Amino acid sequence: MTEDQPRLIVEDLAKSFGGVLALSGVSLQAHPRKILSIIGPNGAGKTTLINGISGVFTPDRGKVTLDGRPISGLAPHKVARAGVARTFQNVALFGGMTVLENLMLGRNSKMRASVLSCGLFWGRAQREEISHRRQVEKFIDFLGISDIRKQPAGSLPLGLQKRVELGRALVAEPKVLLLDEPMGGMNLEEKESMARYILDVIETTDTAVVLIEHDMGVVMDISDQVIVLDQGVKIAEGTPQEVRANPTVIEAYLGQTHAA
Amino acid sequence: MLNRETATFKRSYAEDMALYPLPLQRVTIAVIILVAFVAFPFVASVYMLGLANLIGIAALGAIGLNILVGSTGQISIGHGAFMSVGAYTAAVLSSRYGVPWWGAILGGGSMSALVGTFFGIPSLRIKGLYLAISTLAAQLIIEWVLNHVTWISGGVGAVIYVDKPSVFGLALKSNLAMYYFIYVFLAIGVVFALNILRTHIGRAFIAVRDRDVAAEIIGINIFRTKLTSFAISSFYAGVTGVLYTYYYGMANYEAFNLTISIQFLAMVIIGGLGSVLGSILGAIFITLLPIVLDTVLGSVGRMFMDAAAVASISTSLQLMLFGGLIMFFLVVEPDGLSKLWRNVKDYFRVWPFPYL
Ligand SMILES: Nc1ncnc2c1ncn2[C@@H]1O[C@H](COP(=O)(O)OP(=O)(O)O)[C@@H](O)[C@H]1O
Ligand SMILES: [Mg+2]
Repeated sequence: MTEDQPRLIVEDLAKSFGGVLALSGVSLQAHPRKILSIIGPNGAGKTTLINGISGVFTPDRGKVTLDGRPISGLAPHKVARAGVARTFQNVALFGGMTVLENLMLGRNSKMRASVLSCGLFWGRAQREEISHRRQVEKFIDFLGISDIRKQPAGSLPLGLQKRVELGRALVAEPKVLLLDEPMGGMNLEEKESMARYILDVIETTDTAVVLIEHDMGVVMDISDQVIVLDQGVKIAEGTPQEVRANPTVIEAYLGQTHAA
Repeated sequence: MLNRETATFKRSYAEDMALYPLPLQRVTIAVIILVAFVAFPFVASVYMLGLANLIGIAALGAIGLNILVGSTGQISIGHGAFMSVGAYTAAVLSSRYGVPWWGAILGGGSMSALVGTFFGIPSLRIKGLYLAISTLAAQLIIEWVLNHVTWISGGVGAVIYVDKPSVFGLALKSNLAMYYFIYVFLAIGVVFALNILRTHIGRAFIAVRDRDVAAEIIGINIFRTKLTSFAISSFYAGVTGVLYTYYYGMANYEAFNLTISIQFLAMVIIGGLGSVLGSILGAIFITLLPIVLDTVLGSVGRMFMDAAAVASISTSLQLMLFGGLIMFFLVVEPDGLSKLWRNVKDYFRVWPFPYL
């Protein structure tokens, strides 16, 4: 696969909830080893866009393809198995389970041992538990969370939870990584380390990253491409420099936040 | 399960994953096995063995139900009926076709798994109270079928008599022999459940229970997971039914009615949702409750009342206590007896250094 061939293509995706048109025909392309950021005010439809890609709902209109294969309309678990992993704006870890178990769950769909094999913990089940554990431990090292691996995920502070959730998405070794405000509620240092992890991901794997983020500084620093959404419509796109200079954007979004 | 874990280090993932990683735990397990299979049967009276047998069978069913209710978060009020499916399958197989005990166990378990999985299909669309009602329907439908389809139940009374299982040509007629028969299956059931819960299947159960939307988005097939849980759980129910049938020497659908379904739910709730140990504690508790109550009322009540009055009070008191306990555990301690046990254990975890 060549670098400039898009990994994920979203075409004309639309979705309305009741009367509210949350997303009205948005298109985008995400490339391997690149970070595509989506910005826009609250309620712009950013989360809805990501939900549409990961199959949370069937879009009213439009198409999503992953490496040329259509994935829109598939059940969420099939979209995940096709290679789309994500995090959630409001962290969705399994709070009662340990960090390790949460990460193992990120690889659950790769594990095929039968009920019998699992129940006897013999053969395939045992082999899988050990080999996937070994993979998961690599990500635990990468994210520097080895000292909390046996702690219940729900007991961790938000910043760590977001890191663990990134880990749960990464262990799936996805083709596309969707991150919904991974730095929300973080302090500066935490944001910096999260940005570092995201950059490491695109440097070490050929994952395409789609990032929703409010912190303009971070977005401008690490993105390859930026898309601006407002009221379900894409009002601008381009490199960070282009977007920053776009008058519509300054008026509709950047201007507002700066004024506020 | 039973030991403290301070100051033990693991050197490999396999070691870290072991069911009982601590040396002391392994000793404890060995002691439990010795007591259960050597000491207890040696000293116990026939009456005590009978109670132990009832507890052992109930524990197996409770472990299975707990996988569904506690670990996967799906309700079933049809488990009594799923047990009866196992019971009648085994009874028909052994009394009509001369199938040996292992065939009856496997057949009863599998048939129940099949039926349980079928009645689990609505769980894709409905949850909570609605699923409760739909499994209640399963209970009533199965009861009706067993009572009315004479090919299965053999007609009048719908009771099928069954010979005791014969292992290596030895008919297990005594309570002691049945004790070994039952507790071998319980031991297998315990290990199997613990293993399921620590592998990918068990993690999927808990994920579906705790956050089904997130679970699906990270790649877990919810429908398949729920059905797997129904299948495993009702396989346990089926084997439980077969064991009851062998123990009582007959399959009788009335022994698997709605009250039994609810009693098993009570075991799981009182024992501790999602806990294998809790299922066993719950089975002990629910099996012994009426007996302890009878004994206490029998000796205390007799001082004030005649026998008939005591008997009638005992039954209603039992029901009240039963309901009260379920409410208590649901509201105050959802993790049940197993949590109370864990509290004690946590206390001793770092004993005698509470400040560690
Ligand atoms: N499941 C839903 N049901 C109803 N309305 C929704 C739902 N999801 C999103 N919306 C609406 O769609 C619009 C876009 O929301 P969202 O995508 O969450 O915005 P953002 O993530 O950009 O802040 C909002 O008006 C929101 O209220
Ligand atoms: Mg959002």
